[in-house]
Amino acid sequence: MSGPQSPAGGAFFVDGIAFWAPTLPGWEHARAAFRGEAAPLEVAAQRPAPELLAAAERRRAPDTVALALEVAAAAVRESGCAADALPSIFTSAHGDLAVNDYMCSTLASQPTLISPTRFHNSVHNAAAGYWTIATGCREASTAVSAFDASFGAGLLEAASQCSADARPVLLVAFDVEATGALASVTQSTGLLACALVVAPEASRRSIAAFDWTLADDPVGAPAARSAAAQSLAGNAMSGALPLLEAIATMPSSGDDSDVLALPLAPSLALRLVPRALPRAKTTLR
Amino acid sequence: MLPALPVPAPIAPLRIAAYTVTSAAGVGKATLLAALRESRSALTPNDFGPTPLATWIGRVAGLESTLLPRPLAAWDCRNDRLAWLGLQGDGFIDAVHAARERHGAARVAVVLGTSTSSIGATEDAYRALDADGAFPADNRNPLVHTPHSLGSFVREALALEGPCVTVSTACSSSAKVFAAAERMLRLGLVDAALVGGVDTLCGSVLFGFNALQLVSAEPCRPFDAERSGISIGEAAGFALLERDDAGDDAAPRLLGYGESSDAHHMSTPHPDGLGAERALDDALARAGIDAAAVDHINLHGTASAKNDEVEAALVARRFPATTHASSTKGVTGHTLGAAGIVEAAATLLAIEHGWKPGTVNTRVLDPVCGPQLRTAGVAGRVRVGLSNSFGFGGNNCVLVFAAADAAARR
Repeated sequence: MSGPQSPAGGAFFVDGIAFWAPTLPGWEHARAAFRGEAAPLEVAAQRPAPELLAAAERRRAPDTVALALEVAAAAVRESGCAADALPSIFTSAHGDLAVNDYMCSTLASQPTLISPTRFHNSVHNAAAGYWTIATGCREASTAVSAFDASFGAGLLEAASQCSADARPVLLVAFDVEATGALASVTQSTGLLACALVVAPEASRRSIAAFDWTLADDPVGAPAARSAAAQSLAGNAMSGALPLLEAIATMPSSGDDSDVLALPLAPSLALRLVPRALPRAKTTLR
Repeated sequence: MLPALPVPAPIAPLRIAAYTVTSAAGVGKATLLAALRESRSALTPNDFGPTPLATWIGRVAGLESTLLPRPLAAWDCRNDRLAWLGLQGDGFIDAVHAARERHGAARVAVVLGTSTSSIGATEDAYRALDADGAFPADNRNPLVHTPHSLGSFVREALALEGPCVTVSTACSSSAKVFAAAERMLRLGLVDAALVGGVDTLCGSVLFGFNALQLVSAEPCRPFDAERSGISIGEAAGFALLERDDAGDDAAPRLLGYGESSDAHHMSTPHPDGLGAERALDDALARAGIDAAAVDHINLHGTASAKNDEVEAALVARRFPATTHASSTKGVTGHTLGAAGIVEAAATLLAIEHGWKPGTVNTRVLDPVCGPQLRTAGVAGRVRVGLSNSFGFGGNNCVLVFAAADAAARR
């Protein structure tokens, strides 16, 4: 049987945004590339070294932690929010695949030699832990996964927290390259991370806004439009790209082609409809 | 001086329409209730894996011979077998199917917690790589070698079509699912939510906790002055949540929850329990009650030196002597990502059956413990019960449950 169709949902305002991929190391560059106004780097950038981490940790941190802290700090800086005031949602399809490869390889050969640090870095919420420690944030943090729907699931959790508790929240999304034997089953290439600070009300920092609902007959996952975004399609967090492109190319055209349906489950999507901002701030970024 | 933090508003209670739990004590609620009533540990000497460490474990019997139905065979691994076994308990599948009929498949969310999900299957693959260094042909389903193995399996097994996500915040995972589901229900995104969690024994956690010197060579003794670390267990548990608008009934209620971060260390709790206390304060605020209203607390109580010291001090300073606080980890072991739901179930059993469990295996309480900490179980009414779950990364969650009449009178 079919239940009642839900109009339930909410709205969120994007007050901070950040992006990092080796060929698009930063939102300004990525935004220009998604608009077709700039090309990705030909020589990939070194992985970020977040200032939030102590010098020794900067080198030792897993890729996921370095990526997540880099984009989280950048998005929060832009939002004008205090980092320690934001609940945070970290989403990743696979977590740190290099740490998993290390754990499974070592367990297969010399299990009693497992590194205690790498073990605690293997938890899916490692990046969330490092973020809250580095920023002194005692607010709630969570870490979620939903395979190829991980971006939509993370955004739904962020939008839900933002609407339910009427507070700005931080969403951080990332995936890294599959390494070692894991690469024979797990599909993910390169590094990709993005972060959004989403708020329940418009502010002078708002660069985009969306009304959101659940839709139980999605039209399929939206595809990245720009060549720059398409070049990142192999990463397991590439599901974030259509929303990032939409934000990069605002103001939107105002017709149905702007509506995004991010997959949540095989027959359910997070439907996002761009909303005009009170003032035309979007052209500034 | 720490900055003032916002206080959450009270929430409307949610009905626990059904719940079930499977642990080393057995399949279904009655097995855990019996072990708790009898103060009986289900821990056994570690015999897991090719090179077992000298420790004790809470192992679920029968997983080796559990078969998944043919349409679900692609998910076959120890963790999803335990999920399947756990779903069989207490008529839970029937309750979910009834909710699906009542509300529609797209109106039932699946929010499940796990720490390591199916990593055991990945470990197996690494011990059996083929000549090219790739996973063996019979263990190559990408949906198994990823955290969402659990969520996707349960969604498929129960033919649910609502939002489906796997929460993985180490040992608070399957407590936080109640919070995420409450928000979805409050916003009207769904009309019911299947929450819970599953974690299974695997090399990663046995050897990982051993590397951190947190594993005990004897059955764990939570809050004991001579405690020597944790005993790792495996478990599955599930609950079905609905809004409280179905009229009066006897189902216990979720009254509140609190989530927080320690902001201190990846694998050691804040020495003053600041994060845990913030989760407690938020949980009480959402429940709209004072600490004095809490009859029973199922503590995180892992038997690690630091957790128990910090948690005991928190309980001693915040609760009246009449609050009966205990840890059930001596019965089930520390079931990691499943601990939240196992201990939520234990708390609900205390509410429904009037039995406040003791702290099994513990002989002499650490002097840091207050009068709330009990080694012996006792019969008595539990109107309001708390369950604490604290995880790596400083990730904390406190849940508040209540009997239906106590929730109504609040």
